[in-house]
Amino acid sequence: MSQDIVCDCGHKNPEGTILCEACGKPLKDDETKPILNMRYEGSARRSQTYKKTPIDKIWNFFSSVKVGITLIILVLIAVAIGTIFPQDVYIPANADPETFYKDQYGILGEWYKALGFDHLYNSWWFVILLGLLGLSIIVASIDRFVPLHRALKNQKVTRHDRFMKKQRLFGVTLSNSPEKQLEMAAKALKEKRYRVKEEDGNLFAEKGRFSRWGPYVNHIGLIIVLIGGMLRFFPGMYTNEVLWLHEGETASVPGTHDQYYLTNHQFIFQTYDPDDKKYKEALKDAGGAIAKNYQSNVTLYKAEGHPILGEEPKLKKVKNAGVRVNHPLKFDHYQLFQSDYRLGELYKMNFKLIDKRNNQPHGEISVNLFNPKRLYHLGKGFRIKLLDYFPDFYFNKKGEPASKSDNPNNPAFIFKMYSPDHPKGETNFIAIKKNLEPLGKNDYKMVLSGLKTRNVSGFVVKRDFTIWIVFAGAIIFLIGVAQGMYWNHRRIWLKRKGDDIWMSALTNKNWYGLKKDLHYLTGESGLSEPVDRLEEKIYRQERGMKA
Amino acid sequence: MHPRKKRLVIRTVIILLLAAAIGFTIYQIFNKDKTVATGDKAPDFVLTDVNGHQVKLSDFKGKAVMLNFWATWCDPCKKEMPYIENVYKTLNKKKIVILAVNIGESQFAVQNFMDKYHIDFPIVMDKNRDVTDAYHIGPIPTTFFINKDGEIEEKVVGSMPSEKYIRQKLSEIEP
Amino acid sequence: MSMVKISSICLLAAFILYTLATIIFTVAVTGKKFRNKSGENAGKWIGRFGFIVTIIGFIAQMGYFFARWSAEGHVPVSNLFEYTTFFSMMMVFAFMIIYIIYRNNGVGVLTLPIAVVIIAYASVFPHEVEPLIPALQSNWLKVHVTTVALGEGILSLSAATGLVYLLRVVDQSKPSKKTFWLEFVMYSITVMIAFVIISFSFQAAHYNEKFKWINEKGNEAVLVYHMPAIAGPYEGEKISGGFGPLFPSPSWMNGVEAPRKFNTVIWSLLGGVVLYWIIRLILRQRISAALQKILKGVNPPLMDEISYRSVAIGFPIFTLGGLVFAAIWAQQAWTRFWGWDPKEVWALITFLFYAAYLHFRLSRGWHGEKSAWLSVIGFVIIMFNLVFVNLVIAGLHSYA
Repeated sequence: MSQDIVCDCGHKNPEGTILCEACGKPLKDDETKPILNMRYEGSARRSQTYKKTPIDKIWNFFSSVKVGITLIILVLIAVAIGTIFPQDVYIPANADPETFYKDQYGILGEWYKALGFDHLYNSWWFVILLGLLGLSIIVASIDRFVPLHRALKNQKVTRHDRFMKKQRLFGVTLSNSPEKQLEMAAKALKEKRYRVKEEDGNLFAEKGRFSRWGPYVNHIGLIIVLIGGMLRFFPGMYTNEVLWLHEGETASVPGTHDQYYLTNHQFIFQTYDPDDKKYKEALKDAGGAIAKNYQSNVTLYKAEGHPILGEEPKLKKVKNAGVRVNHPLKFDHYQLFQSDYRLGELYKMNFKLIDKRNNQPHGEISVNLFNPKRLYHLGKGFRIKLLDYFPDFYFNKKGEPASKSDNPNNPAFIFKMYSPDHPKGETNFIAIKKNLEPLGKNDYKMVLSGLKTRNVSGFVVKRDFTIWIVFAGAIIFLIGVAQGMYWNHRRIWLKRKGDDIWMSALTNKNWYGLKKDLHYLTGESGLSEPVDRLEEKIYRQERGMKA
Repeated sequence: MHPRKKRLVIRTVIILLLAAAIGFTIYQIFNKDKTVATGDKAPDFVLTDVNGHQVKLSDFKGKAVMLNFWATWCDPCKKEMPYIENVYKTLNKKKIVILAVNIGESQFAVQNFMDKYHIDFPIVMDKNRDVTDAYHIGPIPTTFFINKDGEIEEKVVGSMPSEKYIRQKLSEIEP
Repeated sequence: MSMVKISSICLLAAFILYTLATIIFTVAVTGKKFRNKSGENAGKWIGRFGFIVTIIGFIAQMGYFFARWSAEGHVPVSNLFEYTTFFSMMMVFAFMIIYIIYRNNGVGVLTLPIAVVIIAYASVFPHEVEPLIPALQSNWLKVHVTTVALGEGILSLSAATGLVYLLRVVDQSKPSKKTFWLEFVMYSITVMIAFVIISFSFQAAHYNEKFKWINEKGNEAVLVYHMPAIAGPYEGEKISGGFGPLFPSPSWMNGVEAPRKFNTVIWSLLGGVVLYWIIRLILRQRISAALQKILKGVNPPLMDEISYRSVAIGFPIFTLGGLVFAAIWAQQAWTRFWGWDPKEVWALITFLFYAAYLHFRLSRGWHGEKSAWLSVIGFVIIMFNLVFVNLVIAGLHSYA
């Protein structure tokens, strides 16, 4: 059973209390210290009182600010180390993360990877660290808020003599008319917007108490931010997809469950004019073009009904938009960002059929590299048949032509050329800088006569319901810090001792401001100004006087 | 409730909640790779074959389906194609369906491939890769064995080694 | 006269006026006791004069800022020169606020010279009027960058005041760990000054030296040094005349033109040593001991309070600008509100550090000296984020 401590003034304080909640009498006091430590009003931290079950022990551990600061510093050190080498998401796309760190950074890189610093923010130990920090924030706040709230609620007007004397600001006035002076003091304090209470001729003035709740408000904000971070891992809360779309193509927007489709009409890449008067010098120094605009002109469609996967949906136009950096396209909680591009990818190749004997052309065909046709008619008995097509051509192990992928990185073709004089056709193999006649000498040949390229836009599709939670948390945090930092909790006690008036004053910060209030108070009431005993101490020490 | 007991309950609840939150987050981090796995319902789709006919997966309800994802440029895919073709020839088509999904290639490429390898089993074309994405296909070939109720019984990533292997797997899902 | 020219003249004027104000504030506090018998603050009238000079300097710097804005067509905070200059301006602004509240001369003695050194430091970087890349074309550039600079300016004021506190109270009668670290801080300031002097000297002499090397993107390129090479590029080949290199830079330095910057750092550190010892030999005592004599007049508890209040005022502003506004903009420009880019992480580190500072102060009772040391470390972190993260660690912010 915990023992309440009953103070002389009759107030019952919980075990562990340092200063009586009501009158402020020091219950457990270091007599040698001339100024009282007013942290948490000398109230009892709830966890200090009893230690029994394992739950209480865990609680006590995380209630300590020492533990809290340690966790903050551990997080600080961890993320600082995490910036020494790049995170795995920022290493070059073609690098193998398994070997990249060792190859690039040697033994340090190897350790970095082994300890999980390469994906720090998704490593289990970092998540645990943040979780423990969250626990510490919650536990320490509850543990301090409850008793502090109690102590501030139970304050009495009349304070114990020792409490008064041991404040940093303390002064005594020998008064001829104490009632009158106290009355004037009350008036002056009210003018300075203090809430003034009176009891047995003593005064207690207080303002800005709400600033004491600032830390708890901002800690609630932080907890909400952490919850927001965690919710990102909840299915459906966070969508992050990439969409590469060629000019002229339409595709379903990933992450939207085939509800939305996008057509990319054109990708625009603009640079600053190198002759621009304003920027001439900088552009010369940069040694190349500086980008001015990345933009994709797109049309967004919504699919009607709920088409089955793969089915051609009926599309209804939603809007046209120019998606630029800093100006994402927003629709239905989604954001579509212009995030990357590739310029001038091969799209179509044109070939001319030429009679080698007289260099006479017999028409031209255009082959769509993404969707070639089998037959191309040139008229007058000439036609071309595409026998085979290798978008990403190489010779495989057997020495046959093959394709590495379906991207037209290195297109190659086998054409059969039919002409009036060769009705059975001649075969021509064409690749970049290659023109072979694998089945003997031909009279005709295909000659590359033109290229059509097109750009590709890289989009990022996001839907993030956690943003609003994180944002709300951040706002609450800011309100909390502003509340705690931009306002001060000031208190002034005036106590009658016969014809003497004792005055003590306390603030949680900005003593200078409090002193200005006191200056006004003493000026109005004729009370003598209290002494700053901290300054006095240094002043005396430096002059070799006794403290 | 006695205040001290109440306090203990509150403390226990807060600590357990935090522990659960940390555990959940770590679990999600290690399981974030989305897949279509054994036991899942096979996502339904409609795709067109080389002749322009629409094929719908759910139309095969009551039959077992072997669903193969492949591309013409993929060497391991080429390797298993003859096995599949041979199995297809002797298949009980009333009970089992073989369907291959080509990933994102042109009609020309698919038709050419079918001619070259003499393929008769139905191939549908996933032009926009929507189906491929829905099945979270990583390396190809990937083959799903789907039972008569439309549930995935097995997923094989990589080239299947022999005809016998395919027959064995098919016999396991045959209704 | 072009707007760019006007803006340069204004900046020079600000530089001179701040230097002048430094001298005036120094005179105002020198040799005074912090209270005379009637409790009046020392050097009151001289200090007022110093403050007026500071205001004129600040107006001149605003002239620089707006003239450059009009010349450039966008708010001039988009490269290292512009940002650093603006940061010094915000530091002076913070000083002015604190001066109006506290009417205290001691704060000016270190704040203004630090602002002067920062302006000089900024001037070393290229001054050309640059266009904005697409990611920077946003109103958030104004909002985010100015708020961050203001927050950092106020937090730096805390460090300057903390340093005044330390110089005032640390016992200089015998060498100790504390005097060593104070001297180290003094040395760091001389390094910055040395950097400015060396850079301008070699720039004036048009010194350059060329290397062929493999740059951070893995391409072969030519790297031009504007100082003699002590550290050459990793596996670089000298293709012009000139000094050195004595040794190659480490291979893991991956920032833009990292070896050149590394070489500059070496020059500055060495120059700092030389400069430090020159000053010390002239003074015939530790620099901090000499400063202590000047600062006898300041009131230590008041310095402690101002230092803490600067953190109290600056911390929410920094959080708003450096984390909240930053996140909102990052969501628009880079598709995510937080992406663990090095600059973002170092803003978070700054935030965490000051959070620790506040917990130490409010819950563990770290006042006075301990708290002052922390505020100095805080400034080191801010400078690290400004200097090293941009110059050494590659990231999305490497344009700034």
